[in-house]
Order: sequence, then structure tokens, then C-alpha cells
Amino acid sequence: MSVDVDTVTRVARLARIAVTAEDAQRMTGELNAILGFVEQLGEVDVSGVEPMTSVIPMQMRRRDDAVTDGSKAADVVANAPATEENFFMVPKVIE
Amino acid sequence: MSDLTKLTIAEARAKLDAREFTALELTDAYLGAIEAANETFNAYVAVTHDKARAMAKASDERLAGGQAGALEGIPLGIKDLFATEGVHTQAASHILDGFKPRYESTVTANLWADGAVMLGKLNMDEFAMGSSNETSYYGPVKNPWRAKGSNTDLVPGGSSGGSAAAVAAWLCAGATATDTGGSIRQPAAFTGTVGIKPTYGRCSRWGTVAFASSLDQAGPIARDVRDAAILLQSMASVDKKDATSVDLPVPDYTAALGQSVKGMKIGIPREYRVEGMPEEIETLWQQGIAWLKDAGAEIVDITLPHTKYALPAYYIVAPAEASSNLARYDGVRYGLRVPGKDITDMYEQTRAAGFGREVKRRIMIGTYVLSAGYYDAYYVQAQKVRTLIKRDFETVFADGVDAILTPATPSSAFGIADQEMAADPVKMYLNDIFTVTVNMAGLPGIAVPAGLDHKGLPLGLQLIGKPFEEETLFRTAHVIEQAAGRFEAPKWW
Repeated sequence: MSVDVDTVTRVARLARIAVTAEDAQRMTGELNAILGFVEQLGEVDVSGVEPMTSVIPMQMRRRDDAVTDGSKAADVVANAPATEENFFMVPKVIE
Repeated sequence: MSDLTKLTIAEARAKLDAREFTALELTDAYLGAIEAANETFNAYVAVTHDKARAMAKASDERLAGGQAGALEGIPLGIKDLFATEGVHTQAASHILDGFKPRYESTVTANLWADGAVMLGKLNMDEFAMGSSNETSYYGPVKNPWRAKGSNTDLVPGGSSGGSAAAVAAWLCAGATATDTGGSIRQPAAFTGTVGIKPTYGRCSRWGTVAFASSLDQAGPIARDVRDAAILLQSMASVDKKDATSVDLPVPDYTAALGQSVKGMKIGIPREYRVEGMPEEIETLWQQGIAWLKDAGAEIVDITLPHTKYALPAYYIVAPAEASSNLARYDGVRYGLRVPGKDITDMYEQTRAAGFGREVKRRIMIGTYVLSAGYYDAYYVQAQKVRTLIKRDFETVFADGVDAILTPATPSSAFGIADQEMAADPVKMYLNDIFTVTVNMAGLPGIAVPAGLDHKGLPLGLQLIGKPFEEETLFRTAHVIEQAAGRFEAPKWW
């Protein structure tokens, strides 16, 4: 399978990365080189094989559904580019 | 004082106990070396002078009070991927500009609890995506090794290029690193250092910037096998904060050193003899086989039939996980924000400016293979192939093989800004051809220096072990190290 410029532009939109027409053109070539490389996986017979979910057989650890941490609003927003009174500031979302 | 930086961790630790010098003198020796040489190597992206000296003074107090830890007073470099409280943590990316976490990663917290001293944060490929340290926002790192009679700058490998170069150039006693497809073992091989990627689940991933969560593992890069064992001992732990941390006690790794490999079964996989591999890699491999045979190990030919599919499967699984993990960099919670005409435009402009080319490429691949209509053909197929890769290893281990010996890399270090690598991303990816299978199967792997090529550049061998049998790797790698000797870059800087 290979991708065209339109697909690359659509994927960039899904990935929330602004691309120029020139970027999209270049990326199309790069992505096709990588997709061409991974194509060979199609020749592997995987009938009856389960997809891997965990490399080490283990049970997900559970914990009590209890509050163990918190009240750190100032720490949470400390690295944000724009904040006000411990809220994240973003451009207007709803008109 | 500068010769203090030539000591191994084991030697420095013993001399600190014997009061031959203080922890502060040792730290100052390293800070001096960094001051003198970091401009040349670009190994550190942040040097924490004041913190290092304060930590060293506290170590001297604990040494005087008889409360010294296993790494008391040992100055370490930390890969920029590990969250260090109040200190530069950017995964060498522009998008994390100015990020100083309010918490400490479990791995580094373990090191500080054992008395280690932090010298600073080490350069790396952006978000650990690369095999040459050239994708870093902070620019490439230089390898302390140069070919005989040449002034050409070589890459130290990647993604843990800053870690490997700093250890090889005596700019830290040891370093933390991480390995998703070979990022500890390949740079170790390129710099004549020892690097171990432990079993998935052995080191906590908590507080380590995520690349591909099902593959990422932390481990050390060190001057010799003993130092690697000492460092892993401290880095490894059982951590409730990481759901994939495995609940097994951490053994005494140094106890394995010096134990015989007599009667041990070492597997030699025929699939690792790849087309176009230089003759001297084959020669090195044969030399490694001979050393282990001389030490009493039994050598057996094995087959790992799905080896050639590991790298293509990796280039679906790793970008898929990365595209998901890196979705969090949105200009809202931390790091860079580029203004836009609305919130979506702000996200898109921020991510376009904040991520480098290689990172964008992988996010794009990951987004594509996970998108509607392609998920089964790419992602599910790759995860099925991954099951087969792991099964290959399980089969040979069930047949009685204790460890597997392979070359660590298909070549020695290449030049910075190599034209062929730059022109073809897949050619760069092939650097990980011998290491990536180990991540796909979650197994431990160690790279140990074994010789020099005709250009005088270091080459490494890799040993692959059963899950949680890092001791077997240390024991066997130690035998190779004893036979091969250690390799130091001739000082030109």
C-alpha cells in the first residue's frame, strides 16, 4: 500500500500537525519508503496467531479505589504556557 | 585531580570509603572535565553544578557518618528523558521548552536514594527516536572515538548518544539511558562502553518520557560490566506506580561476576548473518564464540526464523504507540505554545514548530497505521508477527539455550551528517537490526565491547538472555570482557 499527498494531508490533520504543501510532498515520499519497507510483513503466515498484548505474562495490578494523592493544582499547572488561578488558559473554544 | 575521572564506579566507591578523596573532589573533577570538553562533545544539554556540589557535600556527610549508600558520591549523567524535579527535562525536544517537572522519575529517585550525584542532563535523539543522536533539538553529539589518522567527527549512536559519549569521554562515571529498539546497546557498541537493556518490567517507567510504552526500558551505560551491574542494581525496582513493573526481587547482580560459564549453552542464530555485513563483524562474532568456548561454554547453532520481520514490525508498533503517547504535547499543559487563529490551529502550529522531522515522520506513520481501515492490515498484523518473534526465542530457550550471542551492530560508528543515512530513513533504521528483536520480545540484552575494526573503531557483541536472567548476561559478558580487554578512546580533545 502507498499513500498520496491527499492522504498525507488528511493524516497530518488527524495528527494535529500543520504541514505546507511542500512538507506534504516530501512526507509522501518518506512515508512510502517506510510503508514499502513494512510491506514484507504481509508474507508472514499468521493464521491462528494471537496478536501480542503483553511481552511479559502478567496480571494487571489492581489497587483500592481510594484517593492517594492530590491537592496539587499549582504543581499541575506550573509548567503550562498560560494559566490563571490554577486553570489552563486556551483560545476560545465555544462561540 | 583529573585522573579521578578515569576510575570505574567500583574503584571510586572503594577509594571514597578509604578516604583517599572526598565526594566533592570527585564531583569537582567531573565538573571540570565537563567544563573543558562539553563544548566539543555536546553531550550535556544542562549541567547542574550547584545541585551536583550540594549532593556531593551531603554524600561526604553520609560517608563520614557511616551511612553511605551503594552509589554514595558517584557522579552520574542522566538522559534528558528522565524526569528530574526542578531540572531541565525535555527529551531533547523543542516542544518541551522550559519544562521542569515537579516530580522525580522512579529510576533517578532510586539512584539518589543510593547516594549518587547528578551532574546534569544528557543529550539524546528527540524523544529517543533515532540511531545517531542527530535528531536532537540541541544538535548532534560527537563520538570520542575517531578513525585512525582521521579528524572526521563520528556519531556516538543513538538514541542514548549523550549517555554513551559522556561515559566514553570521562564526563561522568556512568549514565542512565533507555532502549526502545537498541538505544542503549547500539551507542554502547559505537563508543566502546557497556550497555544493558534489562527485561521489560525490570526498571520502572514512571517519570520517564514515553516513546513506545510496550518497548521502552531504562538501563545503564557504563565503563565496564561491573559498573553496569552496580548501576542496574540501583535503577531496577518494583514500583506500584508503573502497572508493568514486575513484582520480582532485584538480585545481587555483581555476585554473578567471575562465575564460570562452564557447561552453559550459548546459541548462535544463523539469521543474524545478514547480507552486506562487513567481514570484520563476522570475525568478531567468531572471536566471541571462541572466547566462550575456551571458557567452557557449549556453542549451539540455533534458528530464530522471524528475525527479519522484527524491524518492519517495530516500525509499525513503535510509531503507533508514539503517535498516541505524543498526543499530549498540545501547547496547553507544558512546553511550547505557538498561537493560532483558533484552538485547533494552535495545536497544529505548536506541534509543527515543536517536533523535529523524524518525530513528525513517526507520528504520521503511527497515525496512518492506526487509522480506520488500516488498523488490521498494519497494527494487528505487526502484533501477530511480534507473537511469532517471541515464540522463536521461547523455543530455543525451551531447548536448553541459556543465552544467545550476536553482533551488537552491523557496522562501527559512522560519520555525522552521513549522506546515505540522511537520504533514506530506512537505512538509518537498519542500525537496530540486531537489537530490535530483543525489545519486541521483552528480553534482556547487553552490549559489551569486543574489539576494534580496521579503522580502530570499537565493535560490540550482544548477549540476549531469558526474561529476568540479567545475572546470566552479566556473568557471560564479564567472560568476554576478561578476554577482550577494555577499550578507551585515544584522547584528542
